[in-house]
Amino acid sequence: MQVTMTVNGTEVTRDVEPRLLLVHFLRETLGLTGTHWGCDTSNCGTCVVLVDGQPVKSCTTLAVMTDGHEVRTVEGLADGATLDPVQQGFMAEHGLQCGFCTPGMLLTARALLDRDPDPDEATIREAISGQICRCTGYATIVRSVRWAAEHPVGAPEQPAEEVPA
Amino acid sequence: MTTVQERSALPQEREPNPALTAPDRPIGFGRVQRKEDPRFVRGRGRYLDDIVLPGMLHGAVLRSPLAHARLVSIDTTEAAAHPGVHAVITGADLERLNLAWAPTLSNDVQAVLATDKVRFQGQEVAFVVAEDRYTARDALELIDVEYEELPPVVDVRRALDPGAPVIRDDLEGRTDNHVFDWEAGDAAETDAVFASADVVVSQEMVYPRVHPAPMETCGAIADYDAVDGRLTLYETTQAPHAHRTLFAMVAGIPEHKIRVVSPDIGGGFGNKVGIYPGYVCAVVGSIVTGRPVKWVEDRSENLMSTAFARDYVMRGEIAATREGRILAVRTTVLADHGAFNATTQPTKYPAGFFSIFTGSYDLQAAHCSVTGVYTNKAPGGVSYACSFRVTEAVYLVERMVDLLADELDVDPVELRLANFIRPEQFPYRNKTGWEYDSGDYEPALRMAMELVDYAGMRREQAEKRACGELMGIGVSFFTETVGAGPRKHMDIVGLGMADGAEVRVHPTGKAVVRLSVQTQGQGHETTFAQILAEELGIPPEDVDVVHGDTDQTPFGLGTYGSRSTPVSGGAVALAARKVKDKARAIAAAVLETRPEDLEWEKGRWHVAGDPSIGKTMTEIALAAHGTVELPEGIDGNLDAEVTYDPPNLTFPFGAYICVVDVDRGTGKVHVRRFVAVDDCGTRINPMIVEGQIHGGLADGVGMALMEFIGFDEQGNCLGGSFMDYLIPTAMEVPDWQTGYTVTPSPHHPIGAKGIGESATVGSPPAVVNAVVDALAPFGIRHVDMPCTPARVWEAVQGRPTPPI
Ligand code: FES
Ligand code: FES
Repeated sequence: MQVTMTVNGTEVTRDVEPRLLLVHFLRETLGLTGTHWGCDTSNCGTCVVLVDGQPVKSCTTLAVMTDGHEVRTVEGLADGATLDPVQQGFMAEHGLQCGFCTPGMLLTARALLDRDPDPDEATIREAISGQICRCTGYATIVRSVRWAAEHPVGAPEQPAEEVPA
Repeated sequence: MTTVQERSALPQEREPNPALTAPDRPIGFGRVQRKEDPRFVRGRGRYLDDIVLPGMLHGAVLRSPLAHARLVSIDTTEAAAHPGVHAVITGADLERLNLAWAPTLSNDVQAVLATDKVRFQGQEVAFVVAEDRYTARDALELIDVEYEELPPVVDVRRALDPGAPVIRDDLEGRTDNHVFDWEAGDAAETDAVFASADVVVSQEMVYPRVHPAPMETCGAIADYDAVDGRLTLYETTQAPHAHRTLFAMVAGIPEHKIRVVSPDIGGGFGNKVGIYPGYVCAVVGSIVTGRPVKWVEDRSENLMSTAFARDYVMRGEIAATREGRILAVRTTVLADHGAFNATTQPTKYPAGFFSIFTGSYDLQAAHCSVTGVYTNKAPGGVSYACSFRVTEAVYLVERMVDLLADELDVDPVELRLANFIRPEQFPYRNKTGWEYDSGDYEPALRMAMELVDYAGMRREQAEKRACGELMGIGVSFFTETVGAGPRKHMDIVGLGMADGAEVRVHPTGKAVVRLSVQTQGQGHETTFAQILAEELGIPPEDVDVVHGDTDQTPFGLGTYGSRSTPVSGGAVALAARKVKDKARAIAAAVLETRPEDLEWEKGRWHVAGDPSIGKTMTEIALAAHGTVELPEGIDGNLDAEVTYDPPNLTFPFGAYICVVDVDRGTGKVHVRRFVAVDDCGTRINPMIVEGQIHGGLADGVGMALMEFIGFDEQGNCLGGSFMDYLIPTAMEVPDWQTGYTVTPSPHHPIGAKGIGESATVGSPPAVVNAVVDALAPFGIRHVDMPCTPARVWEAVQGRPTPPI
């Protein structure tokens, strides 16, 4: 089947098997390996991408279901060399360790801040409750999202090595 | 021994960021952003499944649906004929290559693909290699296997019954399911102390089977080049060098022809130490097809077949005087090792370091005996951030101390304080033979009490109890033992537990350090750069850390058991000191003086008495590679290499206090607060240290309240997906409060002790002690993990049930 969708601002058209999952379409057909896969049962959220701005588990979505829609992956978060505040926040507040859950967490955080620019801790925890991080114990992820809320887009970017060595 | 105590900030306050407060902050240790983060936040990590090689095929494993059955026949005709399938490999094929069985890390053998019987649900039976992953899975459905069911051994307590089905009839002369008996301590002395003690408390407790479940599952890509006989093996492994050596032994490929690459790893926690049948199948698949073969397991495969953790049925006893002096502990353990003994621990310690179960207390006697048995369950056994069974040991003793406090009717904190090993007793040899390097326990516990407001919490609890609400406060104090070797005592299948580092300073003063250990998220690229930076006085951003590739790094046993900083960290520091000494000789040559006339200031050798005359590391590096005439015995570089054999283990410790509320109607436990005070000796990057602690605390809450790999009577795995195997989300864990003390290890080059597993080890007893404390009004003495709502509710109803 042919699908056409916008991925990170670029329109793509491909022939795919009807059963192809969106996660495999992104990772294998398009080579966008920033989106991960971590479970068989739609529980872990390492596969989360934004479809029309909403967090969606791409392991539970067929590629053909996103025909005509807009998909945003972690590769589409930064604006060129300028990182999205959520990316900066995760670096500043140690919101990641192995980095495997991170792309999904970043996208959920972006969607949350788009609808609620100043979320409290409980709201942040609820927003990421469909996603598992096995490394961080979540507190630093919450702080990272708060950091991003306090440094919205348009604010001068923190240097990559905010705390230089 | 000097003991340095630093008090941490008050509750909720974060460690001050030195970069923000001191522009001329010292180079080296301190809170520094991680070097690995810029690629991860951009989705530019390179994990195993991200790697695509030209012509790569995909493998999938057919697994046994039964826990115990004889293999009658396997028909692969239809699968082999399926379009897109390149090979179907069975145990019979591997038998012809002498690869059907592989040695485990515990001197046992494990089936790669079953030949005679299947011995656990999920065991590997056949391997399909196909054009893509969907086709490989389709073909699995077309393989026809006939099984003859056998009765399984599921209950570990029945495994040694006379007449129990013999699981390992592949082993010659085997008539039962016994694996090993092991003991430590003096049984007679311990019995004598128990016989004359005023008070003896005993309790059966189960540390149930759990799973590390890293977010990235296990996998491998094998690329065998038949022309030059070279195997490149990409693997999700925490121990690339050990794997290469074992592959050389197993597959008969010479070691110098094998390159193991461990790319970015999406969490390990011990799950990625062993060699799994899928890795071997990928290698065989590549040899058979002449193309690279990728195999990545799915989540059910990960949970059902790869290394589990714990599974100890323990009976603990504690003896004390009526006044609250703890005299002795004694325990017997039945250890479920599954169908193959594939645990990972030093060879001489079949029960890991469980004999550290004397905890943080000064005792007169102790004895433990552990019996390992086979059951029809997945093999594995030491993983999930456990430091070689220290997790089980700490849980046992910390529960027993709470039970004793209950019996004596004293506060559990006071009982601990009265029995701690005192600072002046270090180095302290405990009754099972371990020598604790350093410790100062009371300040850590007092800090935790202050952070949580212990007295205030007890007051609140009394008020809540008065109106029928269930609130619990749980304390645990742990002593960890990590950083194995020394190699003369500790080896894994004959390989001594040492690790290496190579340091090279380039002519422009930038440096590279190559490590034998492998990060899975711990931030080695940052921490090890900081260690070198601290020693040489060059900025960490000028240091590149290379790891995870056996072609590029020195030999060593890898990252597990919180070994990296204690062992490879020692290697880096000592290699840096060699470089520093060499730099001194070269600087002296340049300055036309004697090395002994030079003094070190961070990053620079200068003339003693005249600091204006000196050479920086950058200048010295250029000189080393330049034209200056070098002193006798100094060659023209600034390189050094060290394999570090630790003189002893290190003994981090900590005090944890957990506050829970229990819903008496539903049995649901809510973790309201968790305070953790850790002492891991020297803290290299406090941000990373704190991150390691946070992650371990979440693990501990998970194990205490929800994580469980259970089995039904037929041996069906009941924890085989994330629907069944519950892991805490952000909703189940609190905002952690941390504090720290610093008691450096006296024998370690930088005084660091390792932190990776402390919180996983220390937190489960704090949570369970809190749950039991909450249920005290019902006269409940013990609830086994996981303290699920159902089990807590049953306990409240007076019908406590063990998990297995
Ligand atoms: S891969 Fe686990 S939820 Fe999508
Ligand atoms: S950072 Fe490893 S799973 Fe979240």
